[in-house]
Amino acid sequence: MPPGSRLYPEERELMSFLSRRRWSPYAVGSLIGMLSWFAFVTADRPLGVSTALAKTAGMVEQTIAPGYVAANPYFRKFAPAVDWEWMLVAGIFLGAFVSARLSGDKPEAQVPRLWQRRFGPSRALRYAAAFVGGVILAVGARLAGGCTSGNGISGSLQLAVSGWLFFACLFASGLATAFLLYGKEAELD
Amino acid sequence: MTESAPRLLLGLFTGFLFGFFLQKGHVAKFRVIAGQFLLRDFTVLKTMLTAIVVGGIGVYALKAMGLATLHVKPAQLVAVTIGGLVFGVGMVLLGYCPGTGVAAAAEGQRDALFGILGMILGSAVFAEFYGIISTSIMKWYDLGPVTIPDLLGVPTWTVLAALTVAALALFHQLDRSR
Repeated sequence: MPPGSRLYPEERELMSFLSRRRWSPYAVGSLIGMLSWFAFVTADRPLGVSTALAKTAGMVEQTIAPGYVAANPYFRKFAPAVDWEWMLVAGIFLGAFVSARLSGDKPEAQVPRLWQRRFGPSRALRYAAAFVGGVILAVGARLAGGCTSGNGISGSLQLAVSGWLFFACLFASGLATAFLLYGKEAELD
Repeated sequence: MTESAPRLLLGLFTGFLFGFFLQKGHVAKFRVIAGQFLLRDFTVLKTMLTAIVVGGIGVYALKAMGLATLHVKPAQLVAVTIGGLVFGVGMVLLGYCPGTGVAAAAEGQRDALFGILGMILGSAVFAEFYGIISTSIMKWYDLGPVTIPDLLGVPTWTVLAALTVAALALFHQLDRSR
């Protein structure tokens, strides 16, 4: 018996939609927009990710030097604890995992081809660059008061000046960095 | 200080949907994000701009009905400008942003995992300098929590309507030129 044949037609249709490999960017964008309505109404919070990562840093530091963390002005303002936003990030991991599993969407090559053509096949180099990129990204997000979600999407949808300014600066420097790293002739696949 | 269990579950549920959508939209892929900054693949821009337009109309409607409160971050012009510029460099080098990085790690991308570790370290470094930064850079040209309608002195719905038209025109142009 083929899998899914014991389902009603409507259920099969829903399953095939959920297991489709890719949804249109307009559909996904609309769903994320509606999800932020949900977040504002149910949790009185905008969608945001990077603060939870900063709180994670505080939680790690707490296990080593609790008194030091308690005296830090940043962690006094943003208490390192598991909260709604931290659970949001845990949820992102679960949701993406389930979606990838449902559609059998395999990860790209561990060293993306675009990167490989420019910097070679070394995994160590790729992982080191990703780590350094993460450090830079986090410093930028903290300076700006949020990341692509908290500032870029949630800020911009509230028409916040900070959100639109962040968006413009991130795109400008992202374009410059990408063309410097890979050049005009770069092949994506 | 800790939040209630139902509220934590609500966060997990909201995040689950967020991660599901990001994965289905293929925006958690190195190729797609790098492609956006090389102006070859406009998936990221289309997704974000649609989320902004749909989200904005809904959130302002909910606010008008008294069901939602805005959370506008302060327009710290210097800090946000530097932060955005720094963020763009990091995002291209890593190939993901924080949310899509977590989603990419769930897909099985190991570079994203290293990126998340880097983000945690970067946040810790920032926390060390927060005392100085928050009393200097973050105070320079701080306009407070202002919105574009505040700044222009134009009604919110005019700005939202203009944004919607601009987004639709851009999408039309992008889809035609492909």
